[in-house]
Amino acid sequence: MPFFAVGSDPGPSFVDVLRRMAPHGVAGSGAPDVGSALVDTVHGTTVVAIRYAGGVIMAGDRRATAGMSIASRRIEKVFPADDLSGIAIAGAAGPAVELVKLFQVQLEHYEKIEGEGLSLDGKANQLAGMVRANLPAAMQGLVVVPLFAGYDDRRGMGRVFSYDVTGGKYEEADFQANGSGGVHARNWIKATWREDITRDEGIDLALRSLFAAADEDAATGGPDLVRRIFPTVAVIAADGFTPVAEEEIITRATALLGGREEGAGL
Amino acid sequence: MTMPFYVSPEQVMKDRADYARKGIARGRSLVAISATDAIVIVAENPSRTLYKISEIYDRIAFAGVGKYNEFEMLRIAGVRQADVKGYSFAREDVNARALANAYAQTLGQIFTHEMKPYEVEILVAQVGESPADDELFHILYDGTVMDEEGFTVLGGQSDQVLEALSAQHQAPVDRAATVKLGATVLAAPDQPPLGASSLEVAVLDRARTRRAFQRVRGPELEAMLAP
Repeated sequence: MPFFAVGSDPGPSFVDVLRRMAPHGVAGSGAPDVGSALVDTVHGTTVVAIRYAGGVIMAGDRRATAGMSIASRRIEKVFPADDLSGIAIAGAAGPAVELVKLFQVQLEHYEKIEGEGLSLDGKANQLAGMVRANLPAAMQGLVVVPLFAGYDDRRGMGRVFSYDVTGGKYEEADFQANGSGGVHARNWIKATWREDITRDEGIDLALRSLFAAADEDAATGGPDLVRRIFPTVAVIAADGFTPVAEEEIITRATALLGGREEGAGL
Repeated sequence: MTMPFYVSPEQVMKDRADYARKGIARGRSLVAISATDAIVIVAENPSRTLYKISEIYDRIAFAGVGKYNEFEMLRIAGVRQADVKGYSFAREDVNARALANAYAQTLGQIFTHEMKPYEVEILVAQVGESPADDELFHILYDGTVMDEEGFTVLGGQSDQVLEALSAQHQAPVDRAATVKLGATVLAAPDQPPLGASSLEVAVLDRARTRRAFQRVRGPELEAMLAP
């Protein structure tokens, strides 16, 4: 069993335990030197996080691309990190999904070892370290930039954090969008966001911003009416991380279609 | 020149076992009982913060009696082992049996090779679909593993508690009644059941989809203990 000497105990860090027990399982360690990205790897595109009156809304489109091809039409980019926070990924899908898995285990591991969960700031800092550990791979083109958002039960509000490839962590005041269509989505949100938006308005805003991004960016998937594929949305509030049911998203998305972001009236 | 005295291996083992048993007997007892909707673990523990019962993995709990720092070390090693296994393979590949075996190996090794044996008894419990699928592994200070059926008792006055529990326990009942049963059998004979302030209670909830472990405390525990 994993016992460590007092002076070299990894404490509540799962990554450090994994590094000692199964070094090949740690992302970023022993990354093969492939020069700059030689192959077309799968990339996830646009994700958004928007603060609303009761917490945070996270959403992502469903498209993944590999070079000029569509790699997946149904990829999920928004995941629960723990009960009160979520993580949304943009960038190289392989390392990003691995990062999410490691981050989820880390939060749960900390809670079990210490008997108490991390604060929201603690979780955000932890994620910064993991993104930083991916820097060698990022320099070779496998960039992973997550969005992290959660409900801070000590302050009673939702909070949004964004990251850059070096592990830089930036707290956003109200919202953030990431990925290739992020600029378009962010501008759309900026134009209409208010301090007091409700959950429903926030979900609609997230959907509209993703439609707007898909309208301008080739790598972002728009609403697919033939296959009935729409963005995934999750709400994080005091009662926890709740994925929004697909029926509700379809109803809302269909009602929004044909609005200004689709070119009507412009 | 001094000559070391010869001590027979039987004597060495007996001395070590006596030492460990004495340490454990100083502590208070703990019971784990399969209920219809959960595995219920009840410990006599006046501390609100130094836990005897804790979560290892999705459907697995750990409980220890005896020397706190020793079973705490075992608990942390168990969490690490389970998390690394679940991360490297899949969550459903983590099970109580493998963990109980690892604990047995560790405790057996320490019992024979270290200066002093661990003064602990531990429990690894895994909740199943129905009470018949529950697994309760009771592991002793020397690495002996017992696969218990329905209920188990660890710690100091375990003989007396086991006698009371065997007499009062029939088929599994719901969790509130099981908590009450635990509080009754942990009390000394002819004494009223222990109150919420001297109990630590946790359940592995059969109905929860992922993390089954939950602590029962405060008003919820008082309501369960109310006559």
